Amino acid sequence: MTAAATTRATRPEKVLVSRHAAATRITHWINVLALTFLLMSGLQIFNAHPALYWGMKSVFAHPWLAMDAAERAGQPIGVTTLFGHKFETTGLFGWSGKPGLGEPRGFPAWATVPSYRDLADGRRWHFFFAWLFVLNGVAYLVLSLLSRHLQRDLWPTRAQLAPAHVWHEIVTHARLKFPKGEAAKRYNVLQKLSYLVVILVLLPLMLATGLTMSPGFNAAATWLLDLFGGRQSARSIHFISASLIVLFVVVHLVMVVASGTWNNLRSMITGRYAIEVDGEDRQGAAR
Amino acid sequence: MTAPIAAHANRRRWLAAAGASLAGLWLAACNKLTENPTSAGVLRSAEGLTRRVQRLVVDRTALAREFTPADISPDFRPNGSINPQDPAYQNHVRTGFADWKLVVDGLVERPLALSLAELRALPARSQITRHDCVEGWSSIGKWKGARLGPLLEKAGLKPNARYIVLYCADSLEQSLDGTGQYYESIDLIDAYHPQTILAYEMNDQPLPVAHGAPIRLRVERQLGYKHAKYVMRLQAVEDFAHIARGKGGFWEDRGYEWYAGI
Repeated sequence: MTAAATTRATRPEKVLVSRHAAATRITHWINVLALTFLLMSGLQIFNAHPALYWGMKSVFAHPWLAMDAAERAGQPIGVTTLFGHKFETTGLFGWSGKPGLGEPRGFPAWATVPSYRDLADGRRWHFFFAWLFVLNGVAYLVLSLLSRHLQRDLWPTRAQLAPAHVWHEIVTHARLKFPKGEAAKRYNVLQKLSYLVVILVLLPLMLATGLTMSPGFNAAATWLLDLFGGRQSARSIHFISASLIVLFVVVHLVMVVASGTWNNLRSMITGRYAIEVDGEDRQGAAR
Repeated sequence: MTAPIAAHANRRRWLAAAGASLAGLWLAACNKLTENPTSAGVLRSAEGLTRRVQRLVVDRTALAREFTPADISPDFRPNGSINPQDPAYQNHVRTGFADWKLVVDGLVERPLALSLAELRALPARSQITRHDCVEGWSSIGKWKGARLGPLLEKAGLKPNARYIVLYCADSLEQSLDGTGQYYESIDLIDAYHPQTILAYEMNDQPLPVAHGAPIRLRVERQLGYKHAKYVMRLQAVEDFAHIARGKGGFWEDRGYEWYAGI
């Protein structure tokens, strides 16, 4: 072994490995598109009656969450009521808009599709992308089960679920330390659990609670009303579940940036992901 | 060390400006796509899919959930017209609907004009159901009314009748050509559904003006705007393209779905 080869072998080197299958990449980006429009048109629909209730009907005097316009010293303000506690949220919730052009609205114009108030068009956007979301989600689940992607890459192993290991992962995540070598080829247990919760719990919950709000579908599946405790509860759970998905996306994006923006983006576009290997691993990675 | 800080602030300002203009572009694009006839048509195509799939998976006679008297909303919210100012209607209110008659015509063998007493004598149904406004809220009320199915049998639909159009006494929008008049239309699946009634009672009282006196439609598997209030005339038609702006209802003419099962 020459001296040059030794230095090369000890310095880590980047090798591209294949990370995401085409089906995963395509369904991921369709999902990004669909969820973006579903969220923004959903906020447009929410704005038509920016109040949420529990149970089968609306008790108008007692929403658990409401965004209203009010007046203080002759000036319009936005007020958000959460479990009876009032917060001033002018400019964000309840009252927003450019100076002099403010209007009462739950969520501000930049968060809704279309930006102006239009429930009919918001519903058009919502149900169009709801179909895209459902068909894309079904395609993802079928392909991921057939290719064993779900079972092989996303299902945590028993060793990963050991409390000591989970704790270790939480600590290294909090320090934003991510593996660069062989270990980066596999999802860690926190990734696996959060992806599974989103894929198998939150996204299906969006569909199920959405259908529970449909008076037509109610007649075919009254059990959904019982499952979620009524149509207004379903509307609340739809909102909460959407909020949790937004939270997931925020953390997901932070993690993408923290663990290498371009490497992650490339892997979700071309499928190729760079890992660092030393001399011995390189041959293994090249196979 | 001012240079790096300035560079940093500069970059931040640049990023903020880029972010704001991207967001502005995005919103403008979405608004354009909403208004462009082609993309609006693509978005609208989902309605047909939703209607067909729901008609496929929901049995024609499957009932909407019914509730108990304890579930009735004390704060049932009236919406749309709540006190029509149209002179003919105001006259009916003054006379207690004594001269009011429901006209049934169009593609029927025997056109009818039924008084409130005659309507009350027809096969009736009582139901405690949930009213879902397109805005998102729900109220629960008890309704009693004449079942639409037997009423249509009485008039005898001609074979080419496909829809029932309901003309209402209230104009929700001022217009010279009559397109501001409220109207609705339902297909025969909904017309013959056992829970579809012309309600003349709400919560065991005569239907109040705010909720559509003397009668309103209850079509329980669809959203509130389909439940036409102040109904004056039923017309059996083959097609509703020639009525008002042609979309089958006041709100449909203003962008809302004809099939309001979701």
